[in-house]
Amino acid sequence: MTDTAAHRTIDAIWRIESAKLIAGLARMVRDVGIAEDLAQDALVIALEKWPDTGIPDNPGAWLMATAKRRAIDLLRRNKMRDRKYEEIGRGSDLYTEPDLESVMDGEIGDDLLRLIFTTCHPVLSQEARVALTLRLLGGLTTDEIAHAFLVAESTVAQRIVRAKKTLSAARVPFEVPVGDELKDRLSSVLEVIYLMFNEGYTATAGENWIRPLLCQEALRLGRILAEIATAEPEVHGLVALMEIQSSRFKTRVSPVGEPILLMDQNRALWDQLLIRRGLAALERAQKLGRPLGPYALQAAISSCHAQARTASETDWARIAALYEALSRVTPSPVVELNRAVAISMAFGPEFGLQIVDALTSEPSLKEYHLLPSVRGDLLVKVGRVVEAREEFERAASLTGNERERELLLRRAAECAANGYL
Amino acid sequence: MRFMMIVKATQDSEAGNKPSEELFAAMIRYNEELAKAGVLLAADGLHPSSSAIRVSYPEPGGKAKVIDGPFTEAKELIAGYTLIEVKSREEAIEWAMRMPDPNGFGEGQIELRQVFEMPELTQNPETLAQVATQRERMEYKKKS
Repeated sequence: MTDTAAHRTIDAIWRIESAKLIAGLARMVRDVGIAEDLAQDALVIALEKWPDTGIPDNPGAWLMATAKRRAIDLLRRNKMRDRKYEEIGRGSDLYTEPDLESVMDGEIGDDLLRLIFTTCHPVLSQEARVALTLRLLGGLTTDEIAHAFLVAESTVAQRIVRAKKTLSAARVPFEVPVGDELKDRLSSVLEVIYLMFNEGYTATAGENWIRPLLCQEALRLGRILAEIATAEPEVHGLVALMEIQSSRFKTRVSPVGEPILLMDQNRALWDQLLIRRGLAALERAQKLGRPLGPYALQAAISSCHAQARTASETDWARIAALYEALSRVTPSPVVELNRAVAISMAFGPEFGLQIVDALTSEPSLKEYHLLPSVRGDLLVKVGRVVEAREEFERAASLTGNERERELLLRRAAECAANGYL
Repeated sequence: MRFMMIVKATQDSEAGNKPSEELFAAMIRYNEELAKAGVLLAADGLHPSSSAIRVSYPEPGGKAKVIDGPFTEAKELIAGYTLIEVKSREEAIEWAMRMPDPNGFGEGQIELRQVFEMPELTQNPETLAQVATQRERMEYKKKS
């Protein structure tokens, strides 16, 4: 094996093992930053040794054993508290937990869960949570993260360093929250994953409409979470939502890079495997028998589209009802705007327009390009093209996406052309 | 990127013999590991070729011919597949290496094939040009 081939293989092993490694180490040293350093040290040793010795049969166990030895060395060098040192020596846990045995035999899944709750901790800024999660759970390099977010590598590196310091300083415990806290903390985790997904799905800036790496990472994290937090309906709801949205990857953008709207997409190209996975995840959420949360409801809406063989067969009345349910769980003008679209499709544009008109005075939507975009669309349908043109132009001036701007300007131009017919 | 890990058929699988309990348990553990790593998309085992059907076109431009199994040459047949989503070719290989030997009698074979995805399909300049012309034509129709 050549050195580069070996390095590529080691990269792949790192991708598979790093999160488990860091999670296991974090349980021992109670600090995700130190845990990551230890894991990285083990990786460096592997990179030095494996090209000569060959890759061990169980590379994960090798990395863990090596990292654990480094942990002991480190603690020795730093003359850290005896108690902590003993703990590593025994390979058990320091801070007494109710059942020591269970901690020692702790499922890897539990460690991963603790890790994701830590990297998505509310003490961190949203950006920091995303970067740290991608780094520690996704095993991405800072360079990859920087590339995905179109920022400088140094920015991401700084963000991660600061995040680790913040967690240390705040003495954030390495644990899965319980009771009332769990609900809030879980929504923070789901929010981070969905943010990641959306950042990839609709790039908010720049020329690329879709940045696949982020979507894939978000989906992978969601799928992992669904396997280790099986009893949480919203976890399955989020996975369902992402699977179904991903099923439209191939059809969202034309070969020349222009966005294609849902209703105009070639449904034959939708990924049936991902749709099936999405529907199965939604079913898992529903089977838990609790009221559906915002992600599961959005997934249910998405599933209506996924199950309609043609755009004209879409069950808009059901979608409108689901949006109403959604607006009860999470009232927001954006949800209301979507409900308006569904209502207009189910019962006619004039009904949708009534809701949209009421939203134009909504301060939080002042800079939101989809409001004039939707309003323009409905105005076209009721034949008010002159007003529609103004709305499309306004929407074009508000969007940050180059491709979307082109699309909106084209629609405005169409209005202008039709207006003089 | 998606890879299909194709488990080749063996004399055993073609005879319809169920895998040993031990192997079966190992396979389940392996699939769970894939799922927990978030890379598993689908996995299925296939009936032996004795119940298979082949549709072939022996004559260029001719009619399809239907042939019932079983088919010979176990090595050319497949017994099952696992579809995974990974970041690199090396990661796919690494996962394939971790799959339990599907047979244990020295006949086990797993083949890795990358699945075509959209960007690759549209990298072809000819296809791109074709689609662009089609679009222009449609736009023209709309306007006229």
